[in-house]
Amino acid sequence: MALICGWGRFPAVDTDLLTPRSFDAVGDAIAATSGGIARGNGRAYGDAGIGVSQTIAMTGFDRVRSFDPATGRVRLEAGVLLSDLIDTFGPRGFLPYVVPGTRFVSVGGAIAADVHGKNHHCEGGFGRYVDSILLRTGTGETIEVSHEANPEVFLATIGGMGLTGVILEATLRLRPVETGWIRERVISASDLHAAMRALDAGDSATYSVAWIDCVARGSDLGRSLIYLGEHARASELSDGTEAFPRGRDPRLTVPIDLPSMTLNRFSVRAFNELYYRMGARRAGGSHLVSIFPYFFPLDGVGAWNRIYGRRGFLQHQCVIPQDGALAVLGDILDRVSRRGDASFLTVLKKLGQGDGLMSFPMPGYTLALDFPVTGSIMNFVDEIDRLVVAAGGRLYLAKDARQSRATFEAGYPALQRFKEIRASLDPTGKIRSKLSQRLFDEVRP
Amino acid sequence: MNSRKIVLVLGGSSDIGRATARSFAKAGWDVQLAGREAVALEPDAADLHARYDINASTHRFDVLDTASFVDFVAGLPALPDVVVSIVGLLGSQQTAERELEHAATIMRSNYEGPALILGLFAEKFLARGSGSIVGVSSVAGDRGRASNYVYGSAKAGFSAFLSGLRARTSRGGVHVVTVKPGFVRTRMTEGMKLIGPLTVEAPVVGDAIFGAVERRTDVVYVSGKWRLVMLIIKALPEAVFKKLKF
Repeated sequence: MALICGWGRFPAVDTDLLTPRSFDAVGDAIAATSGGIARGNGRAYGDAGIGVSQTIAMTGFDRVRSFDPATGRVRLEAGVLLSDLIDTFGPRGFLPYVVPGTRFVSVGGAIAADVHGKNHHCEGGFGRYVDSILLRTGTGETIEVSHEANPEVFLATIGGMGLTGVILEATLRLRPVETGWIRERVISASDLHAAMRALDAGDSATYSVAWIDCVARGSDLGRSLIYLGEHARASELSDGTEAFPRGRDPRLTVPIDLPSMTLNRFSVRAFNELYYRMGARRAGGSHLVSIFPYFFPLDGVGAWNRIYGRRGFLQHQCVIPQDGALAVLGDILDRVSRRGDASFLTVLKKLGQGDGLMSFPMPGYTLALDFPVTGSIMNFVDEIDRLVVAAGGRLYLAKDARQSRATFEAGYPALQRFKEIRASLDPTGKIRSKLSQRLFDEVRP
Repeated sequence: MNSRKIVLVLGGSSDIGRATARSFAKAGWDVQLAGREAVALEPDAADLHARYDINASTHRFDVLDTASFVDFVAGLPALPDVVVSIVGLLGSQQTAERELEHAATIMRSNYEGPALILGLFAEKFLARGSGSIVGVSSVAGDRGRASNYVYGSAKAGFSAFLSGLRARTSRGGVHVVTVKPGFVRTRMTEGMKLIGPLTVEAPVVGDAIFGAVERRTDVVYVSGKWRLVMLIIKALPEAVFKKLKF
């Protein structure tokens, strides 16, 4: 038995941790389990990567099967990390089309959560660039799924949180790039309305995201810095600049759990004030940034989840449909700023249509908040959930640890179809996670 | 013909073996992977080729089958520039205390086999006048402990062999590296209680091995902390040491 938790360190659950070394051993693990789930690099925040009774570690499967330098098509095992993919193929002129805020996620995890990046509004999610998936199902079969073969299972697997089976391998299309640099433009917005308008105006930019000062109140509510970005061409680099900057290991690692009082309304306020002012000073012109700080700002600090102390933290990420989003987001931000203890880094961005049956994205705005786990936090986020449900929005499963069944069911209308597909692949319920148990597995006597 | 340098990795299917092969391949070296089951190495050879566009071949090698060593070396498509032995067997100390055969297998896997095969390559490299030999030994060889002295003594023998070989070959242009990884999170140590700050991941060992070859380092403690730890452990008087539960 091992005590396993997600990146948010809440909840921590005792399950068997299995480390199979071959695909056959993965099959044996599934055959023997009474409720198991595959786990990649453990970057899901909540309970998505924790099995009901067994958790199957997949990071040992990290081989690249084949790569075509003419097309950028790569076949690889599911445990390869995006960081590894970037380090290996970046210098050869290819990057993943979609990356989330950390590069330390596995390919299998990125597919299972259909992760989105700063380009979702125009280029879609990770799953859009997956050509096919090798899946080991609950019945013990190994099947290849794609838009042509088993298309329904394919679309249920993208964003399916690993619940259609264990993802063993996948074929991805990579993006041809000339450099590992992004031409970034920063815009400062004085309030939420301006921030949303700036994101709308940035629709044609490949990458766009807003950082929100969630402590600001009143007329400053929602004041933001908006970051737009484009891949830099080789001709844009000055002489002597390395075309592919190297991704460094975190320069600073948080060595211990910080006392929970480190983050309080004063320190967060001071940090946010400084961050906003420094960003606002850079606003206007454009400059080149390496892909690493651009895409993965928090990867610069190792084990940053420890900043929140031993009790862990909750990440809350919702998406609100376009219509009426301004009022709902304003209401949420107002409650958060009045509470005052939240969000080291609050992020707002636009999403487009999701590709998978259970993919999180829908056209609208997504807001990501962090809260340290404290006594009163659960009631507070429940309150936010009610606003999200009323607005027709939903929560991101890769970050969820506590939403209610009702919130979940209201947000994911394709659930019934997903359950049917799962039942056909896994009639005896071998593949189950703490997340599925919490949100939608049939309650067994 | 290509002019890329070649590294031979003995024990190529182990976690450290795979990581070492990647560290060399990343720098543009061709790789020969050797292990008990050559077929099982093919996905790793394909991985190296796909990632780094280098040539990778697979070869059957059994460290206990010393009679096959001469043919193994002769059968390689090319004499490598560097040979790395990662072969080893932790085994079970408790079983080894009761079963001679298990104890002998641990001794032969960690000392006899690796020493003989590297000795063979040393002759070839001396004849050519160049080459590097890397032996992965262990901090466990620095002092015999109650909990794993069968393994530790074999590693001690291997370390002594490497140090003597180094002294002999250094004048002939052949460099010998002794690597002492300490705790590494691998299949071998799965389920063991490892001390976090003293534990490294396999790729760190691979990069350390590549760096030691490039810089011609003699003895490498992969995590510098181990050098200090072992300095203290080696300095303890025997009368104290034997009373420690350790």
